[in-house]
Parts: sequence; C-alpha cells; structure tokens
Amino acid sequence: MQEYADQIHRCFRCGYCTFPTDYSYFNCPSYRRFRFESYSTAGRLWLTYAWLKGEIDWSEHLAEILYSCTTCKNCVEQCPMKFAGDIVDWIVGARSDMVEKSKIPLEVGRFFEAVQVYGNPLKLPRAERDTWAGGINRYEPGDEYLFYVGCLGSYDENGQRMARGLAELLKQARISFGILGKEEECCGNEVYMLGEMGLFQMLAEKNIQRFKELGVRKIVTLSPHAYNTMKNNYPEFGAGFQVYHYTQLLYDLIKRNMIRFSQNQAKVTYQDPCFLGRYNKIYDEPRQILQGIPGIELVEMERNREDSFCCGGGSGNFVMDLLAGGEEIPSRVRVREAYETGADTLAVACPSCMTMFMDAVKEEGLEDRLTIKDVSQIVNESLPC
Amino acid sequence: MSDIYEALAKIVGKDYVSNQKEDRYFYGRDPGLMKPHEPDYVVMPRTTEEIQQIVRLANKEKTPVVPKGAGLALTGLVIPQKGGIVLDMKRMERILEVNEKARYVIVEGGTTHGVLKSHLQKHYPKLRHSIPDSPPIATVVANAVIHGQGRLTQQRGFNSDMVSGLEVVLPTGEICRIGSCSVSPYWFSKGPPLPDLTGLFLGWFGTTGIITKLALKLYPCKRIRDVMLFLTDRAELVPDIVLKLGHTEMMEDIVISTQPIPLRFRGNFFILVFITGDSEEEIEFKTKMAWDTLWEYFDSRDGGFVSITPDMKAPMMAMPSKDTTRFADVRKGGGFEYSGPIAPVDRYPDFVRKLEELASDYNLSYASAARVINGGHCMMFSFSYTFNRADPDEMDRAKKALDEAAEFSLEQGGVIWKPNIDEQKMMMARMDPNTLELMGKLKGLLDPNGIMNPGNWEAK
Ligand SMILES: Cc1cc2nc3c(=O)[nH]c(=O)nc-3n(C[C@H](O)[C@H](O)[C@H](O)COP(=O)(O)OP(=O)(O)OC[C@H]3O[C@@H](n4cnc5c(N)ncnc54)[C@H](O)[C@@H]3O)c2cc1C
Ligand code: SF4
Ligand code: SF4
Repeated sequence: MQEYADQIHRCFRCGYCTFPTDYSYFNCPSYRRFRFESYSTAGRLWLTYAWLKGEIDWSEHLAEILYSCTTCKNCVEQCPMKFAGDIVDWIVGARSDMVEKSKIPLEVGRFFEAVQVYGNPLKLPRAERDTWAGGINRYEPGDEYLFYVGCLGSYDENGQRMARGLAELLKQARISFGILGKEEECCGNEVYMLGEMGLFQMLAEKNIQRFKELGVRKIVTLSPHAYNTMKNNYPEFGAGFQVYHYTQLLYDLIKRNMIRFSQNQAKVTYQDPCFLGRYNKIYDEPRQILQGIPGIELVEMERNREDSFCCGGGSGNFVMDLLAGGEEIPSRVRVREAYETGADTLAVACPSCMTMFMDAVKEEGLEDRLTIKDVSQIVNESLPC
Repeated sequence: MSDIYEALAKIVGKDYVSNQKEDRYFYGRDPGLMKPHEPDYVVMPRTTEEIQQIVRLANKEKTPVVPKGAGLALTGLVIPQKGGIVLDMKRMERILEVNEKARYVIVEGGTTHGVLKSHLQKHYPKLRHSIPDSPPIATVVANAVIHGQGRLTQQRGFNSDMVSGLEVVLPTGEICRIGSCSVSPYWFSKGPPLPDLTGLFLGWFGTTGIITKLALKLYPCKRIRDVMLFLTDRAELVPDIVLKLGHTEMMEDIVISTQPIPLRFRGNFFILVFITGDSEEEIEFKTKMAWDTLWEYFDSRDGGFVSITPDMKAPMMAMPSKDTTRFADVRKGGGFEYSGPIAPVDRYPDFVRKLEELASDYNLSYASAARVINGGHCMMFSFSYTFNRADPDEMDRAKKALDEAAEFSLEQGGVIWKPNIDEQKMMMARMDPNTLELMGKLKGLLDPNGIMNPGNWEAK
C-alpha cells in the first residue's frame, strides 16, 4: 500500500473527474449526492494525503468521505493525468490502510463481519443461500459452466428473480451448467473495494480451491461485480478459469441461434453497470441482445457507456447505502434520467443496479411508468411461446 | 453547535452546511501556493434569497463571507483569510435563459463553464461563449469576476467585457440588478445607455457583493473550426507576428506557447492560430490570409507554418484544453501555478527571458502560454511553474519565482491578473493615490462592516 502513499499528492484538484465527457453534469455519484468538494475525487485524495501527513486526524467523517466513493471509475475515465488509471487503486489503498488500523465506519465493519460469518453481506444464513433454486442442478464435474449466482442473486428477492430467469434461459438453450447452492461463498469484489485485503484473499482462495476441486473451467456470473473480481483479481491467486458475464453468454447463444426471439413490445433504455462497462469495457453485448429482439426500441440515456452514471450501489453500497437520503441520491437521479428518455423499461444487467433502482422508482413514484427489468428477463419474455 | 451554524442550517438546510474539520481543511486551501486558512463554515446556498439571509446574518455576526466557484484562480482568492463562511456557489448551477435572438445567456452564480458549453452545444449549436482553458468546473461568474480570458478573447476582449447584466446581493443584503435588466426584462447590456455599474463588482474578487445571476453574450458558432501552427525560434519577432495576424481581423484566437520539454521544443515559440468558418471556402480564405501575412518570415527563414498531425490536432482543438491542466503533473508533482500579467504584446521577449531566468535560478520546470487580447491591445502572459506537492522546498522555490515574476511584470508596465493578496498590495502601493482612495470609498460604502472576502483589495 506504500505505493498509493507515494503518489496520492499528485492530484491537482482540477475537477475533470467530476464530469462525463461532454461536461453536461456532475458524474461522480458521491459528489453529485453531497456536493461538498470534499466528497469529490480530489476531496478524498487530498484529505487522505492530509491524514497521511498528520495534518488531520482520522475521524468518522473522514472515513465516511472515503467510503462514500462507489468505486465507479468515472474519475479514472475522465482524469486527464497520466496516473488516472490508478485513482481507484489509491482510494482502495487508503481504505485498506484504515482497515488495518481498524478505523472504518460502523457500516463497513458490519459488512465485513457479515461476509466473514455468513458468507454474504446481508447477514442471512448459509442454509438459505439456495432457497430460490428449486429444480436447478448443483454443479457436477463435466458441466460446461459453473453458474456463480452471488449474494444478491441468492438472497435478494429481485436478484433471485434474475437468477431464476437466467437459469431458465440456460436450460432452454440446453447449456449444461450447475450452481454451488449452499456451498457458494461471497465473491469478495466488494470486500476488495472496501479495502479488507486479508478477507478478500481468504474468499478468493477458498472459491478458487472449490472451483478447482470441482474441475470448473468456465464460470458465468449473474453479477458484473463477481465477473470483475473473478476475471481480474482471482488470477493473482492461481485461478485460470474462463469467466463470462451472463450477457456475454446470452449474446453468444443468440448469435448461434440457440436462443430465438418472437416478438416483444417495449421502449427500453439500458444502464451500463460500472463493473461491466468502465471496468471491463463490455458495452456492446447487452445492447446487441436488446436490439436483436423484434419490437424492442432501444433508446439511450444522455450519459451512457463510458459516461454512464453509477446507480450508487457499488463498493457495498447496495447494502450499506452510505449515499442514502433525499432526491439527489444517484439511483433516483438515474431513474429520472431513464424516465426522461421516454422509455417504459429500464434494463439492467446487474443485481445491484436492480436493487437500487427498484427502491428508486418507488421513491420517485414512477413504478407504474418505468419498469426495471434485467436483460435476461426481457429475453425470457421475448421467446416464442 | 454554535448559533451561527444553527442559523445557517435553518437557511440552507443542514445537508448544505458544514463546520466539520475535513470540509474546513479542504475549503481552507486551493491548488496554488498561497498559505491555507480555514473557514469556520462551508455553506452551499441554492437561491438568491438564501444568500441574502446569509449576508444579513454575517453582518449581524460580523463574520466574513467568501464566495467560491471552483477555486481554480490558483492565487488563493477563495482562501478565507480571516475565517468565516465560505459560500460554495456551485449549487446555484442553473442556466436560466438563452435568448437566441439577442444572443445572451443568463446563468446562476455557480454555473460551470463545462455545463454551459455542453448546454449550448446540445441545444443552441449556432451559439457559443468564450470558454477559458481552465478545467470545466470553473464557474462562469468567477471567471468574469477575475476578468478571465477565453477562446473569443482575441476578437472580443476579456470575458468580463462580454457580460451583459448582473444580479447581485450587496454586502448589506439588498438584491440589485445591474444593466439593461434593471429597467427592462432583457439582459442585453451591462451598462450602455445607463451608467455601467458592473465595474463595482467585476474585478473585485467578491469584496463588493455576491453575483447571483449573470448574463453573458453569446457569439456565432461557425460550422468549421481549424488551427494552424506557426513556429519561430526568435522571441523578438513574436509581437510583430501577433500584430500582423491581428491586423487581418480574421483570427479567432491566438495563443503563443513555449516550454523546454521535450528538448526539441526548447527555444521555440509555437503560435497557435485558430480560425472558424461556415464553409470550406471561408476557411481556405482565412488560411491564405494568415499565410500571406506571415510569408516574409518564411522568406527570411525566421519561421513558418508547420503541419499538424491529427494526433496533435485533437488536443489543440479541445475546449477547454486538457493539456494546460496536465502541466501540473509533468514531473509527477501534482501542482502548478502561474503569474499572469496583462501587458502590451511587445513585452513578450522580455517576459520570456525572465521566465527562463527564474526557472534556472530556482531550478523549476516552466511553461508559458500567452493569449492575445482584443486584436493585440494586450496579452495575458503566463509565468507557469510546476511544483511537487510532496516537496516543500520546491513549493517554496516556485512561490519565490512567482513573486519575482510579479515584481518584474509590474516593472515592465504590466498589471497583475487575478493577483493574490500580496500582489494586490504591490499594485495598490503603485496605484494613483486618488484611484486608490476612490476604491476605498466605494468599498466602505458598499461593505460598511468589511465582511466580504476580507484581506482582498483592502484599499484603505
Ligand atoms: C489549468 C488551468 C487553466 C486555466 N486557464 C484559464 C484561461 O484560459 N482563462 C482564464 O480566464 N482563466 C484560466 N484559468 C484560471 C481560472 O481557473 C479561471 O479563471 C476560472 O474561471 C476561475 O473560476 P473559479 O470558479 O475557479 O473561480 P474561484 O477561484 O472560485 O473564484 C475567483 C474569484 O471570484 C470570486 N467569486 C466566485 N464566485 C463569485 C460570485 N458568485 N460572486 C462574486 N464573486 C465570486 C471569488 O471570491 C474569487 O475572488 C486557468 C486555471 C487553470 C488551473
Ligand atoms: S483526480 Fe485527476 S481529474 Fe480529479 S481532481 Fe485530481 S487531477 Fe483532477
Ligand atoms: S470512483 Fe466514482 S464515486 Fe469514486 S471518486 Fe471516482 S467518480 Fe467518484
């Protein structure tokens, strides 16, 4: 972590990172929510530097500022400096310093504790991890894919609906796959982003070992968060699996005519999940799936692809919700933006976006006018009878 | 919690006021080299009426009020020298009206240049404003308050010359309209045919009132924009080259830059000439005019136009220019500041000599970009030095170089742009005493309790 401490003074505090490419409005979810400059990227970096230099002491407020970053990577995309690619690593580095010193917000501590004890941040029993999965096979050696469901897919009502829908589609396309059921463990993406490197390593190693024991070669994930960490962080711990996000797999199945469509009727706008888009540059596949469905009109929100506005759920905020409160929370801002496109459906490809937006449409009173659906649900609804 | 905190929370809502250490720390400094000083409160108002109430409270409590945009002036103008309340204006961010026919826009006191640019591009593609090269979070009002310059300055003057109306909360709390909007629903003129009262607020660094609305003139946005690059290694020729280009009355923007890195750039002066047109013919004609005008330098082998690759062109054309900001990190230090005298263009060679001399004396990396103002009446010349935030010694050397640059500029007949508090004192010490007295009288009249951005323009 020394590296971030040697570099963090390089932020000029110019604020490019608060915008999308066209400067149309603020695109750092935490700055957008709180509006004190201290909650912008520069605020976090300067305050962390001040803390390292001993110019300010640790405080709850300092930790809140650091942890209100959703690690959405808008700043990485927009900062004009050569170090841009490192910004989120610096933030994660600073968090990990706070973790080592046991100086973290209460909610973050609870998050880690829940993952450690229950294997999920929602504090729900391991025994209930597969209650959603009636009729879905456990992974067996020889299956082509391990379907890694993740914590929201396993426990959250909306996530479960997504998981069931996707499993249904895979079955129909005659893909051989299985889930881990009760044996599935948190992927650790959020734990990593929140800076608990010890716990992350433990989760990664445990998962990798289990996958290896089962002879897994291909993994398909429901969540872009799991996709991200399994693809980008796990190899450091000896993983060599092929990892896919479900939209990649669906797109492939559609291309190979293993999924065919009849007709749908909807005007759809699509939310790029940060961990799929900015982290892994997967922008086209979900769009191509939607555009390939007869009767679906895809319209873009003003901020899309690299400029997409985060739902506010990243870095564990789908549970902790450190950005909660009021009309200016990212999820509410975003559903208003989706609604303004004239779309009747907001398509998501991430259970975390799904959870955040389901709450937001209710808070905005838009639940009758804007339906939140995940891509696989839309595909399901478009299959021939 | 203090009474002032409670009162502020009542005015703007508790989410938009802070007296927490971290916020005070951050708002107590800017990216430049002036000494920090923390405010007691940071407040983010949303309406003119909230500002009015805050100002009234501040008068009652004799607490300073410092309006802040993005703090990118770099010279500490938003550092609350005597504590008090920093008003972060950026929640007053709306674009209230674009009058396409009279060609002006009315923005709130914290609307950013980035948002305005984006709005015009999207909804009024035939209109544009004079965007500065500061990062896009810089605010339109603050830029006018410090007499900024932008991409249309060569043709149209300082960005503050393009103001066509103001709404101001006076230091005593009255809300006041300035310009045609004081008698008419239209905001087309900042003064004429009335007395021009904008001079009471522009250039004063928030010491005479808080601007809550500002109308800015818009100009035609031509279909095509292009850039040419003229190179010479003789600084002494730059003033004539610039004046000749100005004589054509066809160049949109002229910027002269020089920097020692990479090495092949050293000793060269890059004159960027921007042109616009609605047709290829117009562009071709303007290009030809530029070439014809400067042909003699080509003949004498003192300079010439160089070809620009698409890779080079994109960053040159970008508005704002990200390259200007990148200078902060050329040596991985995260900081730069510039002293920017406004001076006659013929001072250019002497300024360049001094720029290099100071860089060598203080062992600093330098760059300079000079923007021509209003066809060549004057220029803004930047003495820019980069520094490493983690190296106090280098920061100290950079500050000393900037101080010397300011002294030198004044000796050369320049006037320091967006001067820090020390430079303001240097200028006031040289100022015509009657002018200084007038400034003092005006300030005393407008701000009897001396609550507005104290430490700045203290013309006593
Ligand atoms: C990389 C870089 C490039 C730059 N290039 C340019 C350039 O090309 N042209 C140019 O002009 N400048 C340039 N600048 C300087 C500066 O950033 C800009 O002038 C910018 O517009 C200042 O706006 P701000 O919101 O940051 O002002 P601030 O620094 O926040 O404020 C400047 C002054 O305005 C006062 N003020 C703020 N809001 C109000 C209000 N509502 N009412 C009354 N007073 C108020 C403040 O108290 C302060 O005295 C550059 C700076 C950087 C860092
Ligand atoms: S992170 Fe980059 S873009 Fe953001 S303020 Fe710092 S230097 Fe500027
Ligand atoms: S990662 Fe996102 S939330 Fe965090 S500082 Fe960057 S832009 Fe803001």
